[in-house]
Amino acid sequence: MDRICGERAVLDVSGLPNVAFGHKNVTWLANVLYMTIEGTMFALVIASYFYLRTRSTDWPPGNSPPYIWFGVANSILFLLSVLPARWIQKKAPSGDRAAVTIGLFILAIFASACIALRVYEFTTLNCRWSDNAYASCIWTLIGVHSGHLVTEWIETLVIFGVSLTDKMEGTRLADAAINSDYWYFVVVSGFIVNFIIYATPRFL
Amino acid sequence: MSSHSVLISEPKVIPTSDSASRLARTWRQPSGFWGWFSNVHHTAIGTRYMVTAFIFFLLGGVLAAVMRLQLTRPENNVLGPDAYNQFFTVHGSTMIFLFAVPMMFQGFGVYLVPLVCGTRNIAFPRLAAFSYYLFLGGGLLLWIGLLTNTGADAGWFSYVPLAGPAFTPGKRADFWAQMITFTEVSALGTAICIAVTILRHRAPGMTLNRMPILLWEKLVISFMVIFAMPAVMVVSSMLLLDRLVSTQFFNPAVGGDALLYQHLFWFFGHPEVYIIFLPGTAIVSSLVPVFTRRHIFGYTLIVLSVVATGFLGFGVWVHHMFATGIPQMSASFFTAASLVIVIPTAVQFFCWIATVWNGRIQPKLPMLWLFGFFFVFLIGGLSGVMLASVPVDWQVHDTFFVVAHFHYVLIGGAVFPMFAGLYFWIPKITGRMMNSTLGHWHFWLFFIGFNLTFFTMHFLGLRGMPRRIYTYSPDMHWNALNVVATSGVAFMTAAILVFLANFFYSKKYGELAGDNPWAAGSLEWATASPPPHYNFLDLPTVNGREALWDAEPDQAIVVGLRDDVPEVLVTNSLDSDPEHKEETVGPSIWPFLTSITVSATFVGSIFTAWAIPYGAPFVVITLIGWLWPRGHSPMTREEAIEEYSHG
Repeated sequence: MDRICGERAVLDVSGLPNVAFGHKNVTWLANVLYMTIEGTMFALVIASYFYLRTRSTDWPPGNSPPYIWFGVANSILFLLSVLPARWIQKKAPSGDRAAVTIGLFILAIFASACIALRVYEFTTLNCRWSDNAYASCIWTLIGVHSGHLVTEWIETLVIFGVSLTDKMEGTRLADAAINSDYWYFVVVSGFIVNFIIYATPRFL
Repeated sequence: MSSHSVLISEPKVIPTSDSASRLARTWRQPSGFWGWFSNVHHTAIGTRYMVTAFIFFLLGGVLAAVMRLQLTRPENNVLGPDAYNQFFTVHGSTMIFLFAVPMMFQGFGVYLVPLVCGTRNIAFPRLAAFSYYLFLGGGLLLWIGLLTNTGADAGWFSYVPLAGPAFTPGKRADFWAQMITFTEVSALGTAICIAVTILRHRAPGMTLNRMPILLWEKLVISFMVIFAMPAVMVVSSMLLLDRLVSTQFFNPAVGGDALLYQHLFWFFGHPEVYIIFLPGTAIVSSLVPVFTRRHIFGYTLIVLSVVATGFLGFGVWVHHMFATGIPQMSASFFTAASLVIVIPTAVQFFCWIATVWNGRIQPKLPMLWLFGFFFVFLIGGLSGVMLASVPVDWQVHDTFFVVAHFHYVLIGGAVFPMFAGLYFWIPKITGRMMNSTLGHWHFWLFFIGFNLTFFTMHFLGLRGMPRRIYTYSPDMHWNALNVVATSGVAFMTAAILVFLANFFYSKKYGELAGDNPWAAGSLEWATASPPPHYNFLDLPTVNGREALWDAEPDQAIVVGLRDDVPEVLVTNSLDSDPEHKEETVGPSIWPFLTSITVSATFVGSIFTAWAIPYGAPFVVITLIGWLWPRGHSPMTREEAIEEYSHG
C-alpha cells in the first residue's frame, strides 16, 4: 500500500556518501568550535598576564625568569610531532588502516615525550604559583596547556585502541583525522604559551 | 541543488507503507525510570531545560517576594542582613544562570532548532543531554548551598575583594564559582550543538538568505556564548584558585588587581545581556509575522541588526565600571559604544512596527504578550540610554533606579517574550491549546504587577535608596513607595499561579492543537503536535523564508535516507545543498554517568585541589564509555576506499 501522499516530487539523496572527511565532516566543525572556546580562554589568560604586567614595576616581580631550555626542547618536539599528525590526515581518507594505526602510535609517543618534558618545565619555572600574580598567571597558563596536552594524549591513545579493532572504518577514520586537527591546536597554543612563559619575562 | 549525487525527479510513487512504523522503531527513545537517563532526543532535552529553568524561575521569584516583604516597611525583620545577602545573591544568580539563559537559549533552542531546520535530531544529541545534566547539577549546587546556610552572598557577580579569601571565609563564594563552571560548560556544549545543527542540518533549499530569523538569532547567540562564556569561566576559576590554593590574581599586595576581575567578568557580563535578550527578539521576529499574516518587514535589516548586536555586545563592557575610576577617554568611548548599540535594537523595533502596521493583526494571546514586550522593553531601553551617560550613571549608581532599569530590560526582553513563546509553542509541545481566558488574566495580572513593582523603583532610586540594603530608617521616607512596589508582587504571584493552573488544566483538557493551529509558516508546524521522535515522516525541502507559506503546491520531499538506522542529512552551510548522510547516535546512559563523574570532580574541587587528579580517571573512563564505537560504521573500509580513492 502506498502512502497517502502518493505521487510527488522528491529529492533523492540515496546516492550521497555516508562519511565525509575534512571540513565537510560535522565533527570537524564541532572540533573547530571547541578549539575556538579553548583559544578564547588562552587569549583571556594571556590578556590578564599583560594587564597584570602594568601593575608591577619589575617583571618578573622578584623572581628569575623560568629556565628556558626545557621549554625550547618541548617546542621542537611539538614541531616534529606535526609530521605523524599530518601523516594520519593524509592516510585516513584513503582507508589505509595500517598507516593510520602506525601514525597514531607515533603521535602518542610524541605526546608522551612532550608530557615528560613538561614535568621538567614545571620544576624549573623558578616561582611558586602563590608567590605573586605573575607566578599565578605563569602556572595557570602552563597548567591549562598541560591539561590540553594530557587530554589529547588520552584521546590519541583511545583512538589508537579503536584502530586495533575491526571498528576502525568509515567515520572512525574521519575521527582519527580530526584528532590531528586538535593536535595542531595543542601545538600552536603550546608555542604561544611557551613564548609568553619563557620569552616575555626576559624583555618585558 | 548543485550536488552531483542529488536530483529532483519527476513525481513518483513512494512505496513506504510502513515507513512511519520503521522510523518510529529506529528513533525510539527508552521509557521508564532508567530510560529517562538515556533519552537523547532534542524534544525531551529541550522540554527538560524549559521545565527545570521554569522551576528555578519560580524559586528565584520566591526569594524576590521575601525580599520585597522585608523592604515593605522600615526596620522590618523578616530577613536579617546575612540571610538578605544570600537571598539577593542567589536570586540574581538563579535568574541569570539558571533561568534566563537555560530557558531562552537552551530550552527554546534545543527544542525548536532541529524542528525549524527540518531535521530529525539535534547535532551531537548526547552532548546536548550531558549539557542538561550539568545545568541541573549547577542549579542543585547553588540551591543546596542556600538551604545549608552556604548560600553565595557576594552579589550575582561575586566581586573581589569581597568574594576573595580575606573577606568571605567559608565556602559560600566557592559554591557560586563552581555553579558558574557547571552552567557555563553546559551552555557552551549546547551552543556547539545548536550552531552545528543550524550550519549543517538545515533542510535542502533553506539557504542562508531564506533562514528563519529564529535560526539566525540562535546562530549569533551560539557564537556569543562561545566567545563570552570562557571569560566568566576563566574569572570564576581564578577566584576559586585564589581561594583554594592561594594564587594571587586579585591580591594587590603582590601584583594582583581587583579590577582585572571586573574587566573579565563584564567582558562576559554584557554579552550575556544580549544572550538573554536576543532569544526574546527571536521569539518576537518569529511570532509577529504569524499574527499579522504577512512576511516580516526588513528581513535583511533585522538579520544585520542581530549580527551587529553580536559584535557590538563585546564592545561595551566597561560601562558597568564607570564608577571605578577609569580614565576619562575610556568613559567617553564606552558611552559612545553603549549609545551605538541602541541603533540595531531600534532597527529591529521599527521593522516589527512596520510589519504590524501593514499586517492584519490577529489579536491572539501570544500577540498580547508581544505588545507587553514592546511597552516594557521600550521603557527599559530608554532608561538604558540615560544610564549610558556617565554623569547620570554616577548619580544613580547602585540605587534602585538601576534595579528598575535592568528588570525592565531583562523581564521585558526575556520574560514577556518567553510567555508569548510558551503560549505559541506549548500546543506543539503538548498537543493541546492553552486556555485563552486564563491566559488573558495571566497577562493583565502580570503586566500590572510588574509595572507597580518596578516602575516605582525608578523613583526610589532617584530618592537615593541604595541596592542591596536589608533595611532602612523611617527618616528616609521610602516607606510609601516600597509598599507600592511590594503590592505588585501579589499581582505577579497571582499571575504565575493562573499560568500554572492554565498549563496543567490545558495539558489534560485543552482543545487539541493539530499540526499547525496558528497557520504559521516555519517547519516545526509541518509535523504532528507533539512531534514523533523522528520529527518528520519525510524530510522537507524549502522554497522561501516562510517554508510552509512559500512552498510550491508540489514541494519536493527528501527520499533516500535509511529508516532502519538513525540517519540524518548533512547539508552545506551556505546554500544548504545536500552533501552526505550521517548515522547519528542513539540513546545512551553514558552522558548521564559522565555528568556524575564530572559533577563529583567539580564539587570535590570546592574543598580540595586533589579532587581534580582523583576525579579525572573516572571522568576519562565514563568518557571512553560514551565515545567508544559500538557496531560498525555505516561505510565499510572498502566502501571508503572506493569513495575517496578517486580524490
